[in-house]
Amino acid sequence: MSDKINETITRIAEIIINELKLEDVTAATFNPDLDLVDEVGVDSMDLATVALVLRDEFGIRIDEDDYPKLSTVRIIAQYILDKQSSGE
Amino acid sequence: MITVSSLLDAHWYERYKTISKLNIRSSIYDVTNRCNLRCKGCFFFSSGEHQVGDEENDLALWHQFIDREMARGVNLAILIGGEPTLCLDRVEAFYKKLPTFCATNGLIKVPRDRFPELMVGISLWGDSADETILRGKDTFKISSANYQGDPNAYYLYTITPKQLGKTEAIITKIRDVGLKVHMQLLSNDEGVDGFSWQPEELVAVREEMDAMLDRYPETVISCKYYHEVITSGTMLGRRFGWMECPSVTEPLDRRQPQPKRLIGFIRWSSNLRAMHRCCTSETRDCSTCKDGAAHMSWVMVNKRAHIKTAEDLQNWIEVYEMFAKLYRFIPW
Repeated sequence: MSDKINETITRIAEIIINELKLEDVTAATFNPDLDLVDEVGVDSMDLATVALVLRDEFGIRIDEDDYPKLSTVRIIAQYILDKQSSGE
Repeated sequence: MITVSSLLDAHWYERYKTISKLNIRSSIYDVTNRCNLRCKGCFFFSSGEHQVGDEENDLALWHQFIDREMARGVNLAILIGGEPTLCLDRVEAFYKKLPTFCATNGLIKVPRDRFPELMVGISLWGDSADETILRGKDTFKISSANYQGDPNAYYLYTITPKQLGKTEAIITKIRDVGLKVHMQLLSNDEGVDGFSWQPEELVAVREEMDAMLDRYPETVISCKYYHEVITSGTMLGRRFGWMECPSVTEPLDRRQPQPKRLIGFIRWSSNLRAMHRCCTSETRDCSTCKDGAAHMSWVMVNKRAHIKTAEDLQNWIEVYEMFAKLYRFIPW
């Protein structure tokens, strides 16, 4: 399970770095517990952009109502794994 | 990677966190096609927006429409016109369900027993002489009597070239009736004789706006970065225009590449079916547009572009706070 979540974290970090064109950071150095809004400055349009890519990548739908609680890469990874395991 | 907290001290970081999760989703609504004034330089009538469709008169349909707007995530209704106070039942339909802002010329008083906390923005176009030229009468006498001391009303003062050197008298007049003021500019392509900006005048007006904010910080709701952006039409080295504007109606927005924009933003006609292109006139030259809401939104949607230096990020925070104050998301 820890391999699976770490793998998911790395892929989400790659997607966020790529989609938001973040500089001076790699998936390996991205802190998965960094608050995306309070520290990275992600806004709702950024989240919507990332959510579309995550949907295609992981085959899950991210409800817009869930955006506020998806505050870190680790939380997003767990959210995705939970959705996949419940078959949503 | 630069983080927000690495750029800000504890005081600024707290200010940032207060606004960063507000997630404001606004749209603009023409409440009616009618107005009790015909002002020179009013884009609504100069560009024929009052003729887009017959206004919907069935109040039940307004209620259903507002429910649909809420279902798609709108959490701030900005009511413009025509003159919204001519149709208070429609204003009330929004007010009872949504955070609502009502733009008005102030000639009709919003009854506070019916709308106790409705935020009201009262338009003002200058001193008595210019108000008479542009609007046919000095509306301040009436609007200030209607709203004196009202904690939920402020003036939207459109500074025209002829107001240079006269703004302090206006600001103090507003202060003396116990109200606040936000300053905005007239766009050149309204083509009102004698009221078009020259570039050097915009430099002077920025200085005057800054001076008013310095001298009357309790009265003027604004910030210097906003003054810089709206008078220069530039932000972080980028020029405002069609390909940058955040306030384009989303279903009509075919721009590629898609700029940072207001999510879900629509400006609706009062027939509740037609959509206007953007928050202001469809005939406007975007490269010279001076729409205040569009410029402050331009800053707000470009948050991460401001996470470069402490000064840039503090500028962004001040603009966001200004918007949040003007629409009642945080106190004055």
